[in-house]
Amino acid sequence: MELGLMQRRLEDYTKSLFMEGLLDAQFLQLQQLQDESNPGFVGEVVSLFFDDSEKLLNELTSAMDQQIVDFRKVDSYVHQFKGSSSSIGAQRIKNVCILFRNYIEEQNIEACLRCLQQVKQEYYHVKSKLETLFRLEQQVLAAGGSIPAIEVTSF
Amino acid sequence: MGVDAESQFHVLAVDDSIIDRKLIERLLKTSSYQVTTVDSGSKALEFLGLLEDEQSGSDSPSVSSHAHQVVEVNLIITDYCMPGMTGYDLLKRVKESSSLRNIPVVIMSSENVPSRINRCLEEGAEEFFLKPVRLSDVHRLKPHIMKTKVKEKKRGEGQEEEREKCHEGEVQSIGKQQQPEHQISNKRKSMEEGLSPDRTRLRYSDVAAVV
Repeated sequence: MELGLMQRRLEDYTKSLFMEGLLDAQFLQLQQLQDESNPGFVGEVVSLFFDDSEKLLNELTSAMDQQIVDFRKVDSYVHQFKGSSSSIGAQRIKNVCILFRNYIEEQNIEACLRCLQQVKQEYYHVKSKLETLFRLEQQVLAAGGSIPAIEVTSF
Repeated sequence: MGVDAESQFHVLAVDDSIIDRKLIERLLKTSSYQVTTVDSGSKALEFLGLLEDEQSGSDSPSVSSHAHQVVEVNLIITDYCMPGMTGYDLLKRVKESSSLRNIPVVIMSSENVPSRINRCLEEGAEEFFLKPVRLSDVHRLKPHIMKTKVKEKKRGEGQEEEREKCHEGEVQSIGKQQQPEHQISNKRKSMEEGLSPDRTRLRYSDVAAVV
């Protein structure tokens, strides 16, 4: 595929992630911090996020699985997940975490279990999308191109 | 001369989240600060040489009993919510220490809780940043570092008397008087910001559709 087309595809794909509300302005902030001296910054942060999230989700699942749910512990995990997803701009995960915390406060187990399901879905969804994004970026870079700066005005 | 003044300034960043440590480190390095990151308040105190001080009971800046020297830190930026010692606890320890209390401290938090913000500012924090922290926030750090440098310079010019009079309350009020109104309101920025349009924020109608 011709470089121009690849870059266009990358740009469209990136924009779609913002349009769908998967990513928010914070992700743009991360991209702005990436430059020639730190070309892998976004990938490194996201990679840390993936590792951290999988651990958190395991802990969360285990905590929700207990006979007697320790809501303080659950809240602590969700708070962490809300923080990390917010830091990388993973908007939908963050939003589910906010709701999740409301249900934790109410000690509504059913709703919490639903949120746990949802937060996992959102996580795997954004993970898959970001992996595709990085793949498209690598293709552009390998073909000698540069990653276009995204101007997203309405999302 | 071409020498970036900021490259001499050393910031100690404290956060239990590995992602946030990576982020703050990059933000600070991009702004030409030297950075050390630690993952807890107690590690921060250890780095600052305070733990050793506490044990020996002395209140003078000292070489820690470990092999390493205490490194000069020009600003501490710390997360509020951390297990064990919170950012607030760390702030208090720093401000209670005669050797460290002139180091400006900035608190970061993912939660916009006015009472929390006030408590930190009253305890001597210079600023309160709402997470996720951005480059524009980091640009606000320099004046706090420079303010301390000016104070240190004045003290160095043979004003021992003033130093003894400068208990914490007075130091803080001098700081506040020097600030123009809009700067004080900047500290409150995170409280009033609420659902400001220039930051992508949760809209409650969107959230209702999620679950």
